[in-house]
Amino acid sequence: MKEYISLSHGSGGALTQKLIREIFASAFDNVYLRKLDDASVVELRGGRYAMTTDSFVVDPIIFPGGDIGKLAVCGTVNDLASCAAEPRYLSVSFVIEEGLPFDVLESVVSSMAQEAGQQRVLIITGDTKVVPRGKADKLFINTTGIGLVHKTLEAGMIRPGDKILINGPVAQHGVSVLAARQGFEGRESLKSDCKSLWPIVKLLLQEHVDVRFMRDPTRGGVSAVANEMAQSSGFSLVLAERDIPVTASCKSFCEILGLEPLDIANEGKMLFFIGAKDAHRALRILRSVPSCRRASVIGDVLSERKGKVYLKTAAGGSRILGMPVAEALPRIC
Amino acid sequence: MKYVDDFRGAEACLAMARQINAAAADRSYRIMEVCGTHTAAIRRFGIPAMLSSRIRLISGPGCPVCVTSDAYLRNAFRMAADKNVTIATYPDMLRVPADGMSLQDLKAKGADVRAVNSALEVLEIARESEGRTVVFLAVGFETTAPATAILAQRARRERIKNLKIYSAHKTIPPALLSLGRDKELCLDGFLLPGHVSVVIGVQGYRRAMRSLRLPAVVTGFEPLDILSAILTIVDAARHRKAVLRNGYGRVVREGGNPKAVSLLKEVFVSKDSLWRGLGVIPGSGLFLRKPYDSLDARRTFSLRQEDECRLDNGCRCAGVLTGKIEPSACRYFGKQCIPQKPLGPCMVSREGTCRAFFETR
Repeated sequence: MKEYISLSHGSGGALTQKLIREIFASAFDNVYLRKLDDASVVELRGGRYAMTTDSFVVDPIIFPGGDIGKLAVCGTVNDLASCAAEPRYLSVSFVIEEGLPFDVLESVVSSMAQEAGQQRVLIITGDTKVVPRGKADKLFINTTGIGLVHKTLEAGMIRPGDKILINGPVAQHGVSVLAARQGFEGRESLKSDCKSLWPIVKLLLQEHVDVRFMRDPTRGGVSAVANEMAQSSGFSLVLAERDIPVTASCKSFCEILGLEPLDIANEGKMLFFIGAKDAHRALRILRSVPSCRRASVIGDVLSERKGKVYLKTAAGGSRILGMPVAEALPRIC
Repeated sequence: MKYVDDFRGAEACLAMARQINAAAADRSYRIMEVCGTHTAAIRRFGIPAMLSSRIRLISGPGCPVCVTSDAYLRNAFRMAADKNVTIATYPDMLRVPADGMSLQDLKAKGADVRAVNSALEVLEIARESEGRTVVFLAVGFETTAPATAILAQRARRERIKNLKIYSAHKTIPPALLSLGRDKELCLDGFLLPGHVSVVIGVQGYRRAMRSLRLPAVVTGFEPLDILSAILTIVDAARHRKAVLRNGYGRVVREGGNPKAVSLLKEVFVSKDSLWRGLGVIPGSGLFLRKPYDSLDARRTFSLRQEDECRLDNGCRCAGVLTGKIEPSACRYFGKQCIPQKPLGPCMVSREGTCRAFFETR
């Protein structure tokens, strides 16, 4: 039977993986792409640079805690940061739907400029396309980033006994976008966590914390990234639900809508794999940053070589934490 | 979150689990949950890991799309293929496969199929679709049936002629009778579905449970709700007592929701109905009463008789739905049959037994 692309192919879950492996990676195959990392590291005369690209189609384009512009900068900066690369240069492409009000575009662009300025990354090239009404939804943005690699990290460096840390509460971005889309107005407590993560990554690297690997849990949330890490390192992981921070308002929102916070996208969170001896020091450093007060050690790397993720539930039971299967929320980034 | 967190504390849950394990020291106990939300909650909270292997939690036929027969789906496909027909139904129904296709496939090929979250949305669709016939595939238990009843009443009152209802609504107590009498299953008790109970109340089960003489507890969806219901059932079964308890008193009343119950009586009549995997269960289907004939898709379209489903694709959902096998016993489970590409309906919905097992495998 003829197969078609469905929204689930873009959810970041199992179908996205399949699409990437079977269609893209096999067609473009080379040594860099083969790693299927968030960014690829290349050697250029005298330095190691990471390059990454990302497209943003979030709906609505303005949500509590950010907008598509800030998201486009943060998302790309964070993909670089997860490779321990200091973000330096960005390119920006806009696909604009006919009829978009100028003031909306201006406010999106100004929040991009502001975020890029704060992160000291230069937007050095760009492109603009306008498509007829109805052929795109308001505004799509693609950003490509180049960063200078400070430390080489690979999933292969993950070892049994390593601790898994997160720098704050999960699910805020996805919940904020969904709440905005469904018209839950004025819910200040349901703000996106959209934030550039290079500053905290830099802090950990400067303090010579034994960071083995890191990855930002965007689409598919902590569940998807934990499963990817388990598979690529080969070791099983165990997470303690009780230790995974979730804000009270996010928790209530997810509970009412039957969503699993661990499956929901974040845009200002990093999952760190840290050598056991350094875990407490890393936690202390993270918690010294105001936005990371709720940083937490949420799990361990086991010696079992099954590449599974176990969850000790808050109720005292345990189960497998699977890769999220279907699109809970399309177009969250 | 008070009413949630209070029912999820690890200490209280583990203490309750220890009591259950101690009570079940003599033999094994087979307890069935007939509600998909229970199946999902049991897996989500990791409850099996807390209990001894003597407590066998068996998943019953508790997800509406899972028990919808192939014959019903084939009729739905036939209507969807009509260029002048719009199909409206709950989102999970779009992905349910029969004969290797689904409503979603038909939609991709151009059929007008809409996903709705509330029966009343269908009224809007019908109003906006002049010249087309809008068919609502009405599935679900006592939980969604009252909304269909309201839809039928309003469509009749407002004389909306292009709206038709194809009811596959089913009721739980007749299914309990059929499962409870199954010698092969040999159950020790039931966790009764919390949401259905909100509508029919504890009293809705009295007749069935009196005839079965098995312990049964109306159960909420938090781990402590589920564990305390299991404890009650094990205690009662051990002493061969048939009890019917309300363990979800913060939500469920003895008489249920009288308004919803009378709505059901007014709009629907109970007749025999075909359940996937379970066959025909006497008096378990809700069909539109005579005054609603003009809304009944069964009378408007020439639909085929809904006969026993063939289940000849090798999918063992009959065994899964009746609790006789666990999903992993099916050779397709997790291989050819995955949530992205379900072979059988139990892999479609989050409340489907196969999907719940797949996600926490």
